[in-house]
Amino acid sequence: MKKDATVLEENGEEAKKQASKFSIAYLSERLDDFFGQVDTFTRFTLRFFKEAFMPPYEVNEFLKQCYLVGNKSLPLVGLTALIMGLVFTMQSRPTLTKFGAQSWLPAMVAIAMIREISPVITALICAGKVGSGIGAELASMRVTEQIDAMEVSGNRPFKYLVVTRVMAITLMVPLLAIFSDSISLLGSFIGVNLQGDTTAKLFLSHIFEKLDFIDVFPAIIKTFFFGFAIGIISCYKGYNSNSGTEGVGRAANTSVVQASLTIFIIDMLAVQVANFFT
Amino acid sequence: MGTAAAEKSSPEGDIITIDHLKKSFGGHEVLKDISLKLAKGENLVIMGKSGTGKSVLIKCIVRLIEPDAGEIKILGKDVLKLNADELNDVRKKIGFLFQSAALYDSMTVRENLEFPLREVRKKNEEIEQMVEEALKNVGLLDVIDKMPSELSGGMRKRIGLARTLILRPEVILYDEPNTGLDPITTREISKLIVELKDKYQTSSIIITHDSECARITANRIMIINEGLCVAEGTYEELEKSEDEFVSSFFTKQD
Repeated sequence: MKKDATVLEENGEEAKKQASKFSIAYLSERLDDFFGQVDTFTRFTLRFFKEAFMPPYEVNEFLKQCYLVGNKSLPLVGLTALIMGLVFTMQSRPTLTKFGAQSWLPAMVAIAMIREISPVITALICAGKVGSGIGAELASMRVTEQIDAMEVSGNRPFKYLVVTRVMAITLMVPLLAIFSDSISLLGSFIGVNLQGDTTAKLFLSHIFEKLDFIDVFPAIIKTFFFGFAIGIISCYKGYNSNSGTEGVGRAANTSVVQASLTIFIIDMLAVQVANFFT
Repeated sequence: MGTAAAEKSSPEGDIITIDHLKKSFGGHEVLKDISLKLAKGENLVIMGKSGTGKSVLIKCIVRLIEPDAGEIKILGKDVLKLNADELNDVRKKIGFLFQSAALYDSMTVRENLEFPLREVRKKNEEIEQMVEEALKNVGLLDVIDKMPSELSGGMRKRIGLARTLILRPEVILYDEPNTGLDPITTREISKLIVELKDKYQTSSIIITHDSECARITANRIMIINEGLCVAEGTYEELEKSEDEFVSSFFTKQD
């Protein structure tokens, strides 16, 4: 009987806890927290724009970050693009053959890769590889007081750490996306030739016959926004981390999750904007 | 109590003046009412239990933490009223040695020491000379091209000290310079603090739990408890204190 009473009491406590989760006070606290974060993120972004255009400029650190972001992501982006081009071609062939449109295969794969798949996959790879790295690096610098040390010696850590990284990623993601486009076409060419015999010249002429400026230009433009989103989110998460070593892991994790989600949101908006002009 | 002894020093000679400083975190008052003065060429040691706001106090001085109330003057400037550029100029005159030394992990020892000099317009040869001199001061010239991860705790502290000194600050704030070090290294670091103070004529605030460090370095000691200054005096005066709390800092444990 005593045991039953204890169980009932525990259930009652649990029910109270659950009920308090939906109380007005709890919701208002959550809303306050959410808008507080929106406020700090907005201030962080505005500070980036203010400091990005004010001298002194950290050219050496910017170039170093371009190298780290670009060069070190190149093999992964390249390999992924090659496989994507190859697999997409092999998967599309049966359907197109069924409709007698096999000759459309290179152009269809190229348009899909250049307009959508390559930019998004490249950005997601960068969010995973570079975004998590920056989130963890800056959070670790914050936890071990390295950022504070830069600040007290009058060395503008925001400019040195945040501005350079965000600018480097914003510039390098589009370049990586262009590289990814080219490699995915190579993958597609290999895919086409696995079950046929098409020359490179014919393959390329099929592509450029159907490919328009409107297929390429908006796709490149949106990658700048992808890069900026990855940079600013991961830097924000790392720079403002403050819960010890646990915060380092959380900064890396949330950088990837939030940057990836933002990439999809930007992509959706970019399609709407591009459709408006076509 | 905090101001009584400090008022003895002449106002012209005061490098740092703090009046009625208060700081709370989420309703918890860490600094309730702290006032102190640091005279030119003086080593002021601040002692107290963990969590009594010693580190918060020196972080407030350089505005790494914004105080809730009070006034902080460094070299005659009210730091709480300075804008970002003016604050940066004042910060360049202050050295800060962090508890963990806070060396930049991704840079070599040389790059760590060169970093604070980035905005100083000097020739490469001059910068190299300054780096080498700073390393000679702490006796670690041979590790110039090593990464911080290759250094021991004591070496990291020494390199941190060399980096702090490279801009030739007028004031140095030490946040527990001996934490995590063995008694021999603790004594060496404490002696180094005194040597460098005499060589460069700096004034310092040293946060420590270690009575040996206090004995070697302090011209004056201030003891903080629960956000208030509870005792102030020389090492000899406080060592003989009849107050149980004060004397507990100077009692050797078996």
